[in-house]
Amino acid sequence: MKKWMKLMPFWAPGLLLYALFFIYPTLTGFYYSFTDWDGLSPSYRYIGFDNYAAVSQDIVFHKSLVNNLKFMAAILLSQTVISLLLALRLTRQSKAIVALRALYFLPTVLSSVSVGFIWTFIYDPTLGSLNALLERVGLSTWAQNWLGDSAIAIFSVAAVQAWAHIGQMVILFVAGLQSIPKELLESARLDGAGRFSLFFRITWPLLAPAAAIVVSYTTIQSFKAFDLVFTMTGGGPAYSTEILSTYIYGSAFLSYTFGKAATASVFFLALISIITFLQFRLLRTDRISY
Amino acid sequence: MLLNWLSRLLLAAFAALILAPLAIVVITAFKTRPEFYADPLSLPASWTFHNFAALFDGQPMWAYFRNSVVVTVFSVAAELLIAGCVAYAIMRSGKRMAGALFALFAAGLMVPSHVNMIPLYSLLQKLGWSNSLTALVLVTVSVLLPLSVFMLSGFMKTLPRELLEAGEIDGAGHWTTLVRIVFPLCAPFLAATAAFLFVIVWNDLLFPMLLINGKDKLTLPLALLRFRGEYITDYPLLLTGVVVTAAPMVVLFVFLQRYFISGALAGSLKG
Repeated sequence: MKKWMKLMPFWAPGLLLYALFFIYPTLTGFYYSFTDWDGLSPSYRYIGFDNYAAVSQDIVFHKSLVNNLKFMAAILLSQTVISLLLALRLTRQSKAIVALRALYFLPTVLSSVSVGFIWTFIYDPTLGSLNALLERVGLSTWAQNWLGDSAIAIFSVAAVQAWAHIGQMVILFVAGLQSIPKELLESARLDGAGRFSLFFRITWPLLAPAAAIVVSYTTIQSFKAFDLVFTMTGGGPAYSTEILSTYIYGSAFLSYTFGKAATASVFFLALISIITFLQFRLLRTDRISY
Repeated sequence: MLLNWLSRLLLAAFAALILAPLAIVVITAFKTRPEFYADPLSLPASWTFHNFAALFDGQPMWAYFRNSVVVTVFSVAAELLIAGCVAYAIMRSGKRMAGALFALFAAGLMVPSHVNMIPLYSLLQKLGWSNSLTALVLVTVSVLLPLSVFMLSGFMKTLPRELLEAGEIDGAGHWTTLVRIVFPLCAPFLAATAAFLFVIVWNDLLFPMLLINGKDKLTLPLALLRFRGEYITDYPLLLTGVVVTAAPMVVLFVFLQRYFISGALAGSLKG
């Protein structure tokens, strides 16, 4: 008997489930994108590239694409910088430091719905703690309608996403920092390198693989932030927090245009593939080892 | 010196930023509604479980809790077993077969769930499987396969070959090798993977939202989302819901921190 036949009981169940509930839906998604199906009626027509034309001209789709990129940029910047700054101070294994890392990590284990509600409450313009706090310390002019003002809502949600995930990135950076050989830093210090040149000449280049992972993980997460946006704003006000995943959900289950939703999914997949490919290149080429 | 103090300040400030919202939420859950409206920032005059009682009276909380436990435990257990078997097959197959299997599953890492939620939803409607926790488990297991296969086969690759071959010489079949040698050797890593998957499944909103609609079948995150409609004007009660649904996970985290953190580390490297 051939080797792979003997191993069939091991890979077949997984492959079957994967084919049925993952590969098949992904492929039929392409098929639906060429139809005018509403998701309810038993029949639908083949309409060629009409959905593609409609979606690519849809103002709301454009808006959700731009929002998604804004959301990504805001999170990438804040999450990466803050977690790196924290991680640089958290590499030792003392009790206090382990506890601090665990505390920062804590929001990661909460559901996005919980995190969303916690911050919807904190952000509430009249009853929320944030505006109340600002008022108490005499900064009442800083008070905002955090989620209701379409100019800042997407950034308010991005801040929450960063709040919930910085701890996870700290862990990644700490692992990267701990893998840097101590002797290297020690000898550079003996050679008279200052704090900053130590960081920029040695730590940072050696940290590049960890940084690449943080960046690519954060990017993918920012595209997957459906739960949080859906809980906090539902895409509003005036589509100012609509991102691709909420757009797809909305066109399927609120406007009953399944064909259009499937088309938007194809665009979404294409975008993710491009970004993943670019970052994969980055991850490979940035790998520096001593 | 100055830099040292600045970085200490940063650590403390961020700790406060994590703790303050959580503390305010817990405090609010113990306040009565009039108390809350009078002053949203004050401490409660007396710590009462009034909101908790009201929540458990108004909602079948135990049923939600049971649904979440059932879905999470079965999904994670099935995931480890099925993905573990696939990873084992990948490890033991010839080069070509292993490469093909691995590539097929790994390709799924690039496809976010939101891409195939629409066709998945219609497939389950066609199969007549709406509102079933079994369907939710099957879909959850399938969707997490790329991640789990990637994580587990990445780890199994590091196992010493000689150990497996030694077993074979002794006449051990594949099952015996998997159960007696591979799984025990992987135990710490399986635990970390389980913790990572546990968080994902326990907190998932998307698939329960797509597949479940009966009130008796809701999982905790989905039930929590529906509280908003019912308790729109009642923050203390809504936040009590947050506290109750988050508490089990926080308790688990406090005790099993190590596995959560190493799982997240491995998961993000691979995911």
